[in-house]
Amino acid sequence: MKKECVGMLLAGGEGKRLGKLTGNLAKPAVHFGGKYRIIDFTLSNCTNSGIYTVGVLTQYAPLELNQHIGIGKPWDLDRQKDGVSILSPYTAKQGGSWYSGTADAIFQNIHFIEQYSPEYVLIISGDHIYHMNYKHLIKQHKLTGADATISVMEVPWDEASRFGILNTTEDLRIYEFEEKPSNPKSNLASMGIYVFTWAALKAYLLHDAEQIHSSHDFGKDIIPSMLQDGKRMYGYRFEGYWKDVGTIQSYWEANMDLLDEDSSFSLNNKNWRTYTYDSNNPPQFIDRTATLKSSLINSGCWVKGTIDHSILFENVIVNEGSTVYQSILHPGVEVGENSVLERVIVTKNTIIPPNTYLRSNQDEEPLVVDAESLKEILSIQI
Amino acid sequence: MNSMMGLINLEYEHDFLNELTYFRCGAAVPFGGRYRLIDFTLSNMVKSNIHEIAIFTRNKYRSLMDHLGTGADWDLDRRHGGLFILPPDWNDPTDISRGDLRYFHNNRDYFHRGHSTHVLVSGSQFVSNCDYQAAFQHHLDNEADITFIATQVEPDSFNKEHDACLRLETDDQNWVTAITNEKCNPLIFTGVYIINKELLMDTVDQCIAHHKDHFFYHGIKENLANLKIQVFEHKGYSAFVNSIESFYRHNMGLLCEQNYKSLFLKQPFIRTKVSSEPPTKYRDQAGVHGSLIANGCVVDGDVENSVLFRGVQVKEGAKIKNSVIMQRCTIEPGVYLENVILDKDVHVTKGQTFIGSKDKPFVVAKRQVM
Repeated sequence: MKKECVGMLLAGGEGKRLGKLTGNLAKPAVHFGGKYRIIDFTLSNCTNSGIYTVGVLTQYAPLELNQHIGIGKPWDLDRQKDGVSILSPYTAKQGGSWYSGTADAIFQNIHFIEQYSPEYVLIISGDHIYHMNYKHLIKQHKLTGADATISVMEVPWDEASRFGILNTTEDLRIYEFEEKPSNPKSNLASMGIYVFTWAALKAYLLHDAEQIHSSHDFGKDIIPSMLQDGKRMYGYRFEGYWKDVGTIQSYWEANMDLLDEDSSFSLNNKNWRTYTYDSNNPPQFIDRTATLKSSLINSGCWVKGTIDHSILFENVIVNEGSTVYQSILHPGVEVGENSVLERVIVTKNTIIPPNTYLRSNQDEEPLVVDAESLKEILSIQI
Repeated sequence: MNSMMGLINLEYEHDFLNELTYFRCGAAVPFGGRYRLIDFTLSNMVKSNIHEIAIFTRNKYRSLMDHLGTGADWDLDRRHGGLFILPPDWNDPTDISRGDLRYFHNNRDYFHRGHSTHVLVSGSQFVSNCDYQAAFQHHLDNEADITFIATQVEPDSFNKEHDACLRLETDDQNWVTAITNEKCNPLIFTGVYIINKELLMDTVDQCIAHHKDHFFYHGIKENLANLKIQVFEHKGYSAFVNSIESFYRHNMGLLCEQNYKSLFLKQPFIRTKVSSEPPTKYRDQAGVHGSLIANGCVVDGDVENSVLFRGVQVKEGAKIKNSVIMQRCTIEPGVYLENVILDKDVHVTKGQTFIGSKDKPFVVAKRQVM
């Protein structure tokens, strides 16, 4: 069955810098935005862009991620002939191996892509928060007749040295790619979103697989060698909200961005809905003693305390006299009476006893609290 | 193996909620922030291992069908069994059945094809979180023909809603001796009962042969002397929603901690059609106290002692008190609402004030601009 474009979603990463948040689940499965998981934004972009053939490449701690995606029903990806396919590392007659890099993950699934004989392959990743219509990206790719199109966005000049920077001509044709340059010549950063003409990419994947010294990575190997060979590569200029939630600080910031009234990025955008699994919880109960301000609260919550600039996932209980400020409480968290949480992230089902005081300073990374670290903190406090 | 199949019979549930049933049948009326009345009995059936459920529905069933869909949200999208929505469309020229017996007669296949030995029959007006499986066990243990699920109401909590309910008299072994309308009897029949399938089909035949037109009244109530009917008492949250007054009172009643807990926090939860609404957003000016709020709302005003359904927008400076605001209503700045029921998609424009009374809330039908 022929498909014009197949989406390949990289979701195998561990996200080491997210520390305790990825203790037993892959980064794309980390809870985000009061109801979602990080991968929901990319999957919803696929649905909203009409990309209905999606391979999800998983590797690190995939159980929760696999369960979350299931057969793709929340994203309308439960389809007869295509839809979502989970692609984990496998063994076959000729042996098998773990995915050793982003390019290797695609290389090992060439047979999956070829089932659909696509013209184009869209490479996206499950750890970014953004709304993007991939159709526009693909349209530009076709118009320019490119071999590869890389989605880029302008970043502040002083931050440019933290990104992969693309140097382009005026019509956005790329002539140079620099990974984290100390003296950036441009402020167009790669967003890790690529469209390739499949025939061109396939040749490079096959070639790259034979190089023993390659790290089999799109940014480090495939893109540079395509550039070196003078392939037609263009940038696609994206304007709008995009955030890589690679660190605890950026994870916290991206969550807080959802509370920003002026942000162009909204979960309430009816034209670009974000879909996720809905666990059918009762409506939230806001008690008489509650005070709520600038917060996102999901169903099943029971609030008796004060919530300000915070995000509460499903079934969170905040008892009387407690204050939650600039914090993120994952599903099933219970905060005992007269506790104060400030700028902390509490992981799933953690129970904070009454009269607990947890905070992190504005200038440091937010504190991540799970059941284990809570024990330690409490023993020190006493 | 003994097992139950379900039947939700809406034939005799007339348009009991005035404005709220202008455009939909009673079973499809929104309740409790994100549910519809039918969700309660449907969820109770599913969690009691009933996986084949038929719905006899006469009219205004568009929104009901839209709500139920394939039944997937209740795990009723099954290869075998599942959900059967059975509106009236019958063309049997030899059919002499009348009343709700026409549904039984024309849908015999549903009963014959099902493998279950028993049928649990229910309406949609009884709201509870009830374990029908326990009632079924009671039914089997007592080798009854029929088991009625009843609820005991304290005499001081009798309400108008109970006037419409039948009362049960029993002997000391819990066998039903009379079905009455005696208002002082606290043992109230919930309208939910379990009946042996064969007996049900025989009773249907009998009723049709004698030109009867009401399965329950003529087949069961009038035949009481020949039937062994047990009573199973449901304890816990019980509400009968059969008028605007009781609809309003029971929505407000969910703001009581104990009611909320016993209806909603008993696993497995009551299920409804899921939506892709984001978590509710409280803005800078939000002041919310003692309220039940569903997902997808954006609140920037004051909400007190009220129920907000999914996707309601409360703009800055608006005040809502003791009200039930259904899905996707928009309340513009400066609005004051007290004792009001707004049906879906109502838009209240800037600065308006609407106040109803506690006993007679002000009701606004669907999609109005005020």
